Amino acid sequence: MGADLDDLFVRAEDGELLLRGTTGRSRRIRNRLASIWMVGSVVVAVIPLALVIGYVLVKGIGQLTPDWFTKDLPAVTRRAGGGMGPAIVGTLLITGVAAAMSVPLGVLGAIYLHEYGGRGRLARLIRFMADVMTGVPSIVMGLFVYTIWTIAHGLSAFGGALALSCLMLPIIIRTTEEMLRLVPDELRQASYALGNRKWRTVVTVVLPAAFGGITSGVMLAVARAAGETAPLVFTIGAARNLNLSIFNGPTTALSVQIFGNAQTPFEAAQARAWGAALTLVAIVFILTILARVVSAGVARRHNA
Amino acid sequence: MAIDQKDMAVTPGDRSGGDAASLLVASSGRRTDRLFRSVALVAGLLVLAILGLIAASTTHEAWPAFRSEGLSFVTSSTWIPAEGKFGALAFIYGTVLSSLLALVLAVPVSLGIALYANEAAPSRIRRPIIYVMDLLAAIPSVVYGLWGFIVLAPFLGPHVYAPINDAVGGWPVIGWFLNGSSGRSFMTAGIILAIMITPIITSLSREVIATVPRAQREAAYGMGATRWEMIRLAVLPWGRGGIVGAIMLGLGRAMGETIAVALVIGSQAGQITTHLFEAGDSMAAVIVNQFGEASGTHRAALVGLGVVLFLVTIIVNVSARSVVARFDRRAQGF
Repeated sequence: MGADLDDLFVRAEDGELLLRGTTGRSRRIRNRLASIWMVGSVVVAVIPLALVIGYVLVKGIGQLTPDWFTKDLPAVTRRAGGGMGPAIVGTLLITGVAAAMSVPLGVLGAIYLHEYGGRGRLARLIRFMADVMTGVPSIVMGLFVYTIWTIAHGLSAFGGALALSCLMLPIIIRTTEEMLRLVPDELRQASYALGNRKWRTVVTVVLPAAFGGITSGVMLAVARAAGETAPLVFTIGAARNLNLSIFNGPTTALSVQIFGNAQTPFEAAQARAWGAALTLVAIVFILTILARVVSAGVARRHNA
Repeated sequence: MAIDQKDMAVTPGDRSGGDAASLLVASSGRRTDRLFRSVALVAGLLVLAILGLIAASTTHEAWPAFRSEGLSFVTSSTWIPAEGKFGALAFIYGTVLSSLLALVLAVPVSLGIALYANEAAPSRIRRPIIYVMDLLAAIPSVVYGLWGFIVLAPFLGPHVYAPINDAVGGWPVIGWFLNGSSGRSFMTAGIILAIMITPIITSLSREVIATVPRAQREAAYGMGATRWEMIRLAVLPWGRGGIVGAIMLGLGRAMGETIAVALVIGSQAGQITTHLFEAGDSMAAVIVNQFGEASGTHRAALVGLGVVLFLVTIIVNVSARSVVARFDRRAQGF
């Protein structure tokens, strides 16, 4: 670092720029170019976001009639009509079951990491592998659940939920641990001083204190899982009718419907894909915004 | 609350050996404690168990394909399911090429946004930039795929790739990468992937940049540095390790991305070419496109592609996390 600053110092002195309190032309131009690059990057990133959201809104909004939410999928893909009811219910059901499995386990895992494991070797290994696990492609999770569940038990909502919960688990562990870290140690010590055992301290003092942050992290994980397609393709099948059973028979989901309908050359099917995309994006955005609101509320309370 | 007080009263007693009833309460408290710890430990160990199970069960399922193909599973590019030939090299190539294209496009943009948000932006538009990144990250990959398939690819082919090809396709070196103007191509896959990994690289780089000590920035400014010189001298050297880690995590994400790539890469099996505007295929895209109609060894081979993908992404992620961890230690130790 010292060498770099020396470099700057020498260069400035050479041109006597600093002494005269002005900045050389080429340095000014380079600084201007860097600013253009930075602002340009933001613009470049906003364009696809605006285009994607715009297209989804414009092309999808026409599909959202009351029938869309209640009717079964049409028997013939290329015809218009029918609705997306089974896929909407499927997405909510599969994501809900996945959350019901991964949230308790993830929070418990985080409690182990932060409250018990700390800086120990095992905890460090688990923490590292949880980070690595967040990078496992979702399609690999789909294949994994296909091999351990679907081959033996057939297509069902539960298979999809298993795959999604494998994706959510490491995210929930890591975000929850971050939130537990924010709980001041004084709270734990106060609880011990009252004679509370560790488990009681964790359950009645630490978890409530971290509740907002954990909720927000969980919602982001759920939002990500709700949009996943690859893990569902091999595990839930493609039903046309509503299937409320978790373990029995194939079901469907919004993401799978988008994927399937997009690839057909039929206009009605593609329109259905846009409608499903709008519905899915709405669900995901609502969850994301709720998570933001919750975490903003928590931040306000902390500052107060 | 009453129970709490009883617990409290009992705790000292359990060392000095109090009456039977209080001993019972105390030891049951301890047992609950131990039970709670064990349950939490099991939940933590689940991560290791799942990773191990993924490796074991998918390898087992793919074994018939691995056995019949041997090493040529990853060295041959002949993939003809009807003849029982499963060489995945072309798909590995497609995965690597589309992901590298995505990095080339996404890294300058991501770093630009991260630097702008942390160093240059007026404070009132900092938040909106972060929100935009959050929204980009929140859009499901299948929605990007849908947009890429119906809107972007049909536009890029005739209106961007073809003119570029006509203009500079005959030039030396550049022409080597051009030729062809397929809307669904390696390049389109790279563009869609770049959009998807930009928020990841941006947010991780931002975290790294935020740890640069204020004194270091002020020292650079104090010596008369312009903003760019300050960034180059004080911010980038400090964050280099973490930024490299962020880029590698983006790479891992791009390689595993399935649905969006499956929709825009063109699904041209067996194509290994330097022509970026031609159709190809990636490992994840082949798995999802062929799985439905596959059976027997073909299906085993597709699971085998998943095993290769798993190994590659694990390697990329482990190295990325190691880089980031080393950076974290340094940042904390400073």
